Amino acid sequence: FFQYCLSGHPTLPCNVLKFKSTTIMLDCGLDMTSTLNFLPLPLVQSPRLSKLPGWVLKDGSTFLDKELKECSGHVFVDSVPEFCLPETELLDLSTVDVILISNYHCMMALPYITEYTGFTGTVYATEPTVQIGRLLMEELVNSIERVPKAQSASMWKNKEVQRLLPAPLKDAVEVSMWRKCYTMPEVNAALSKIQLVGYSQKIELFGAVQVTPLSSGYALGSSNWIIQSHYEKVSYVSGSSLLTTHPQPMDQASLKNSDVLILTGLTQIPTANPDGMVGEFCSNLAMTVRNGGNVLVPCYPSGVIYDLLECLYQYIDSAGLSNVPFYFISPVANSSLEFSQIFAEWLCHNKQTKVYLPEPPFPHAELIQTNKLKHYPSIHGDFSNDFKQPCVVFTGHPSLRFGDVVHFMELWGKSSLNTVIFTEPDFSYLDALAPYQPLAMKCVYCPIDTRLNFIQVSKLLKEVQPLHVVCPEQYTQPPPTQSHRTDLMIDCQPPPMSYHRAEVLTLPYKRRYEKIEIMPELADSLVPLEIKPGISLATVSAMLHTKDNKHVLQLPPKPPQPPASKKRKRVSDDVPECKSLKPLLSGSIPVDQFVQTLEKHGFSDVKVEDTAKGHIVLLQEAETLIQIEEDSTHIICDNDEPLRVKLRDLVLKFLQNF
Amino acid sequence: FPEVSHFVFCSGPGAGQDVGRSCILVSIAGKNVMLDCGMHMGYNDDRRFPDFSYITQNGRLTDFLDCVIISHFHLDHCGALPYFSEMVGYDGPIYMTHPTKAICPILLEDYRKITVDKKGEINFFTSQMIKDCMKKVVAVHLHQTVQVDEELEIKAYYAGHVLGAAMFQIKVGCESVVYTGDYNMTPDRHLGAAWIDKCRPDLLITESTYATTIRDSKRCRERDFLKKVHETVERGGKVLIPVFALGRAQELCILLETFWERMNLKAPIYFSTGLTEKANHYYKLFITWTNQKIRKTFVQRNMFEFKHIKAFDRAFADNPGPMVVFATPGMLHAGQSLQIFRKWAGNEKNMVIMPGYCVQGTVGHKILSGQRKLEMEGRQILEVKMQVEYMSFSAHADAKGIMQLIRQAEPRNVLLVHGEAKKMEFLKQKIEQEFHVSCYMPANGETTTILTNPSIPVDISLGLLKRETAIGPLPDAKKPKLMHGTLMMKDNSFRLVSPEQALKELGLVEHQLRFTCRVHIQDPRKEHETVLRVYNHLKGQSLIFSLPRVLKDYSVQHLPDGSITVESILIQATAHSEDQGTKVLLVSWTYQDEELGSYLTSLLKKGLPQSTS
Repeated sequence: FFQYCLSGHPTLPCNVLKFKSTTIMLDCGLDMTSTLNFLPLPLVQSPRLSKLPGWVLKDGSTFLDKELKECSGHVFVDSVPEFCLPETELLDLSTVDVILISNYHCMMALPYITEYTGFTGTVYATEPTVQIGRLLMEELVNSIERVPKAQSASMWKNKEVQRLLPAPLKDAVEVSMWRKCYTMPEVNAALSKIQLVGYSQKIELFGAVQVTPLSSGYALGSSNWIIQSHYEKVSYVSGSSLLTTHPQPMDQASLKNSDVLILTGLTQIPTANPDGMVGEFCSNLAMTVRNGGNVLVPCYPSGVIYDLLECLYQYIDSAGLSNVPFYFISPVANSSLEFSQIFAEWLCHNKQTKVYLPEPPFPHAELIQTNKLKHYPSIHGDFSNDFKQPCVVFTGHPSLRFGDVVHFMELWGKSSLNTVIFTEPDFSYLDALAPYQPLAMKCVYCPIDTRLNFIQVSKLLKEVQPLHVVCPEQYTQPPPTQSHRTDLMIDCQPPPMSYHRAEVLTLPYKRRYEKIEIMPELADSLVPLEIKPGISLATVSAMLHTKDNKHVLQLPPKPPQPPASKKRKRVSDDVPECKSLKPLLSGSIPVDQFVQTLEKHGFSDVKVEDTAKGHIVLLQEAETLIQIEEDSTHIICDNDEPLRVKLRDLVLKFLQNF
Repeated sequence: FPEVSHFVFCSGPGAGQDVGRSCILVSIAGKNVMLDCGMHMGYNDDRRFPDFSYITQNGRLTDFLDCVIISHFHLDHCGALPYFSEMVGYDGPIYMTHPTKAICPILLEDYRKITVDKKGEINFFTSQMIKDCMKKVVAVHLHQTVQVDEELEIKAYYAGHVLGAAMFQIKVGCESVVYTGDYNMTPDRHLGAAWIDKCRPDLLITESTYATTIRDSKRCRERDFLKKVHETVERGGKVLIPVFALGRAQELCILLETFWERMNLKAPIYFSTGLTEKANHYYKLFITWTNQKIRKTFVQRNMFEFKHIKAFDRAFADNPGPMVVFATPGMLHAGQSLQIFRKWAGNEKNMVIMPGYCVQGTVGHKILSGQRKLEMEGRQILEVKMQVEYMSFSAHADAKGIMQLIRQAEPRNVLLVHGEAKKMEFLKQKIEQEFHVSCYMPANGETTTILTNPSIPVDISLGLLKRETAIGPLPDAKKPKLMHGTLMMKDNSFRLVSPEQALKELGLVEHQLRFTCRVHIQDPRKEHETVLRVYNHLKGQSLIFSLPRVLKDYSVQHLPDGSITVESILIQATAHSEDQGTKVLLVSWTYQDEELGSYLTSLLKKGLPQSTS
């Protein structure tokens, strides 16, 4: 049992588990923090960005000035942004049998895996995960493809050159593995390999392993996975939440009795309370708008945005914001809002109850109906006609490197009336803002990460009591910036096994049993015997059939009848074909009763001698001697087969078969 | 010792050979499950609800039943639920899918209103009872394995038929029953086709409403329907289509909507109010339960937002000119559809299209069987002059579909319910012929007992499994191998271990049984030479006779101490005490090597091949 760790990002995991005879990939997250090293992709030409000076080395050489630009002391790659893929060399990914997806954020590397590694297996995910995952991919592809960039920089990736660069470019890992975004045909091909599953659905893999998704409470359709055979259970916990937001609550009970619990996707902001952050979000938003400024909320098109819209729905009237337009701009804005309303079965209880009425589960339907919230595929087209300021704009991408958000950063950045509010926790807001510096607009950081924090983790682990915990190394020490906060790490006994990118772990458990089925005919033929009170035994000699990793025991075939005539048979024909398996024996032979039995069977000249360890029974006429001791019997006789067989069977009567 | 046989009882307090209502009781390995709890639409008295005294004579329902499963929201499958849970008294879990849970209470309330408020019947369940009953409902996802208790699990499969309809697998240990409810094996304009995996249940309980029909293609029926509606409207007639608010109604609405659009027709289409808009809203919110095409396009165009179809007002029925009205309920047994029918029945220009099955006793059933003079309440005679058309749009599987489902699930036994005896008999023969499985068709209230013979799962120690997998001449994984082990039975656990392990766990010691046989052979040579000859013989290396190597699969060794081993069998030679020309071979083996030992002695007894040297 091995775990191959292909991603170093604790919330965008990609692990491969070798479990029994199957190879299972757990998530394939795409690390997009790499894009922070690139210049933003503006939708409309930005004079500011195009005028940035090329980067010059200390020694004055300028050979990189086409590829690297400098902005307020930071150096950026002027090229199509690239992503850091999971490790592809650690094992042959074409041997992966299945990929289990835990939530839509953790499947963004899927096309790279399914389309480029010879993968021929199946991907399992819930319906909301697939639908919303598709929307996220569509938005990503769209926002990169619609701004064609002539330049694709690669010189800086040269190891010798990279050494000369300033941080963070100097320290960027595996830059040679960074890849450009996939295309829609690749996304479609990847998604076509997905098989939809429901919570608590048991999926058999090759008869050897059963996998089951469980509700993880983090996002629509988000799941944890149980990977188990009859005797061992691995729980994969990835992106779980115990807070009451819109998704179905987390199923904790089913995680009990795990041999190994793999724990990934904890909160990235352990010190921030999501509720407090939402409050801060609302008040900052209201303040800015009241002062005549605009609010920009860089966000993903699904997820926390539903909760934010719901908060605003309750908040806008009381805050006097009824006349402020809310815009949601994304190529998938409409789809995301529509899809959110049709997954009743994946929602929390309150929202389900609304659907039963029947009413849309999310109040953004009403916001749209009353024209308070408007959605547009992009800033082009209808939006430019409807656009009124001051307003609130929700748009992506949260990295501020591509998507419509780049336009609003350029448009509103110069005025201190405006505010950008960061709610997504995936990117450092300072890094995200770096290529826009100097900025006059206000920046507010209200990261909302509903995933488990360390207090919740320790409660969860106490509750479900796994034998072993495996987690990314980041969770076994306090965050680097808060090294005194020893409470911000996983604390459990035995201490967790940690992993880092490109590591192979051996998971600690030992199997001792396997399931086998005894066919009814064979079961009927068994003769159980009570050996001790409550314990019965039956010896089983049977044919073992193994197919698709399932074992079945059947009655052995009837022994062939001994041939009537041996005359023409060659000697070799009589050789026993396979070793017939005789049982072990146990028990002891009471000499007096044995002698009586012998006499009953016609042996008249039985003589018994005592020895140090037992007895010797002599059959004088047959020149046969039977040594009987506590744990052994030895029959020594002439080559008289009928006699030997007769004696053997008499001895066996006193012994128990095993 | 493992109990080898279990029983699956299946009895119907109200299903069997009758399409009227569904209510089936299944006992499987000691667990009692009630499948559906329907009411009979054809009766207005006690016979309307299933007779639960069948169960209650032996105690409380809650004690007897482990759970109740409802397959879909049609009242002939769930109409008796509030009566059952609140009036007779049941507090255990009731399982149904989310859409069923959402829609079922609305239909129940609607029916209650018609019965109590309009007809003034008493002793019927109340609104509060419907609410209390629904609190006992647990919603299940498709394919989710629901653990009812430690042994009993259930799993829902998509059934088509109506929004949220499901088939259920009920499983205890390795025994299982699949109950189909009503299902549909061909996708229609708004729903997908039923699907089940090869779950090989011991028993498949399937509906058989259309047991003998092989329906012509859907397209033909649709064209026929549109033609009839169109013709009637063209000649200025009115078309009444009695439907249930949810299900067929939506399919036919989609059909008419697209036809009106295409043909640019102006005659109004109405849908009787109340339930309708709500109903369409359910379809919008549960769009994941509709067919692939609707699901794919719903963001751009929601198929359940109709342009041509408007809400109906009672006053419209008297309007002059053509119109099409969808009105509930579907069997013309009460409510708005019956009212409109009475108004329009006298005019031969008008038409009523019955798009689904009608239960005996309903007005719908009467006019379909050709009756044209109906006795209404107050001995009033209603003469039916309007045209009566029947179009099988109800989404039940036909004979072909039922056979297809059996092929998918591969059951060991089939039980037909919810059909008419004669038709069921025909289907039963067909099933037995084609699949060679037993097929049952119990009458109402009759109990069928089906014997199952499950295999017994036990735990085998990995050591034993690996060992037995390793021996044998060829390590061919596909070939069956002989294995020997000891089955230990303690409490209710069965473990198959190696005999050594069994002995060890019980604290017992092995008793070794050994045989030593004296074989006399004529050989004047020295003992060590005799031994060499024996060795060569066993090795099959005799120079003169090109004998096959007699023991080629066994390891034969000549040890330095002058003895020979064949596997673990020891052969030594000694001189005969009296006869110099005779040597005595001592062949010694343990009981475990019995066969080989016995064989060797008989082989050696035949003597050694002559050697010229």
